[in-house]
Amino acid sequence: MLLPSPWRADFPAIAALQRQDQTYLDNAATTQKPQALLDALTHYYANGAANVHRAQHLPGAHATQAFENTRHKVTQWLNAGECGQIVFTHGATSALNLLAYGLEHHFNPGDEIVISALEHHANLLPWQQLAQRKKLNLVVLPLDADGVIDLDAATRLITPRTRLLAVSQLSNVLGVWQPLPALLALAKAQSALTVVDGAQGVVHGRPDVQVLGCDFYVFSSHKLYGPDGLGVLFGRHEALSCLQHWQFGGEMVQDADYQHATFRPAPLGFEAGTPPIASVIGLGATLNYLANLDQNAIQAHEAALHALLVEGLKQRQGIRLLGSPQLALVSFVVEGVHNADLAHLLTEQGIAVRAGHHCAMPLLKSFGLAGAIRVSLAMYNDSEDLERFFDALDQALELLQ
Amino acid sequence: MTLPANAQAALDSFEHCSGWEQRARLLMQWGQRLPELNDADKTEAHRVHGCESQVWLVGAQVDGHWQFAASSDARLIRGLVALLLARVNGLSTEQLQQVDVPDWFNQLGLSRQLSPSRSNGLNAVLQRMREVAG
Repeated sequence: MLLPSPWRADFPAIAALQRQDQTYLDNAATTQKPQALLDALTHYYANGAANVHRAQHLPGAHATQAFENTRHKVTQWLNAGECGQIVFTHGATSALNLLAYGLEHHFNPGDEIVISALEHHANLLPWQQLAQRKKLNLVVLPLDADGVIDLDAATRLITPRTRLLAVSQLSNVLGVWQPLPALLALAKAQSALTVVDGAQGVVHGRPDVQVLGCDFYVFSSHKLYGPDGLGVLFGRHEALSCLQHWQFGGEMVQDADYQHATFRPAPLGFEAGTPPIASVIGLGATLNYLANLDQNAIQAHEAALHALLVEGLKQRQGIRLLGSPQLALVSFVVEGVHNADLAHLLTEQGIAVRAGHHCAMPLLKSFGLAGAIRVSLAMYNDSEDLERFFDALDQALELLQ
Repeated sequence: MTLPANAQAALDSFEHCSGWEQRARLLMQWGQRLPELNDADKTEAHRVHGCESQVWLVGAQVDGHWQFAASSDARLIRGLVALLLARVNGLSTEQLQQVDVPDWFNQLGLSRQLSPSRSNGLNAVLQRMREVAG
């Protein structure tokens, strides 16, 4: 079956990589960028860079306007409406650390933070370390055989002691949507704060934070075809008002003298120092580009590619998939073959996939594995990419098995 | 400095190697020839961290000459380590310090295996070897 991507030519790096005989299938790690983003970056740097929210001068006004336009576009992208604010951070990891430090005062010893067994280190370690600092219990929701958070267990484990629930929308290893409505309802019934790690989820479906009803939603720009060095934290107004200021410095301050200072509310109060201005402007261009596309067509294309990928892997002997991946990516191991060997030989053949623990060591350990190979898809991939991957896989396995 | 005989043999076989498949087969052959470490030597203290696979390295001086032994559960890294040991085993401390390992892998047509982004662990093995040899 031939599945061309109608958007492939919008991403110039894909053709460049192809000229170097590289097939890029590591999109859950980071994505290639659309021409619209490259144009926006060039325009900004070629027409006058300036700092934001500070100066009276014209370049400063232009930069600030472009910067704030992106904030508005992100609000629309998440359908946040009037219910909250967008804070720009230096990445999803930064956003989650901001929450873990900014909410520290919210917890008392013995309180519980609930996460799930599939969390990326970015949504595990900030809470683990907070739990250690404040003598809290970190409760880990188990998964069922398909890699979905077990709702029966969640019903038992989310209790009046739960003060915060932090879960991923879509795992970066298992490729399956998590039952967020049910989980968030359980947490809200206990008046716990809710944090959604949308780093993978935001790329493969349009999130609607009003429908989700979470207090905080976090994602990183570079996985959503945007520039790197930029994360997004959405917070509902009431939830943001619980946050204490975390990082201190330029522009987040209202009034300062040598011994005391007062700070701005969100968003600027949580954007200390010069933000990644060009990246914010670039993300705005990416969102403009994406907003003009048919989201259903993108999801249908990705779904067809994913089905092809799963089917191809299942046809081959000795391949074991991790969980029951439904979209975006597949992680797998091959019986009797070390994933480091397979990764080595795929690399030799120009197939860019990821091998290892995927920043989710506890999850991999729970499968009894040190690592796995992950193939992850984006809107610009096509069936020929998968053919090249399968050809390379067959050649590698012929050598190794 | 003349190459140790084992290193010369490696150079002879890899020099005429064309294509990734032949290179991979050769690497695996070299890996197979690497003598297995005793289980007693596969301790946490001998584990080389920073590899995708499990790698152990031990080394000792015998009559002023370094003898390293290593093992891994992955076949290609075992081959790469075998090629490293072929180059360094039998050298004095002074000779060991003079070996240009990146150049050695370059001569074998395997320079990419030492690039900083490779997590195969060859860099980590090299680092451990230097620690052991002080």
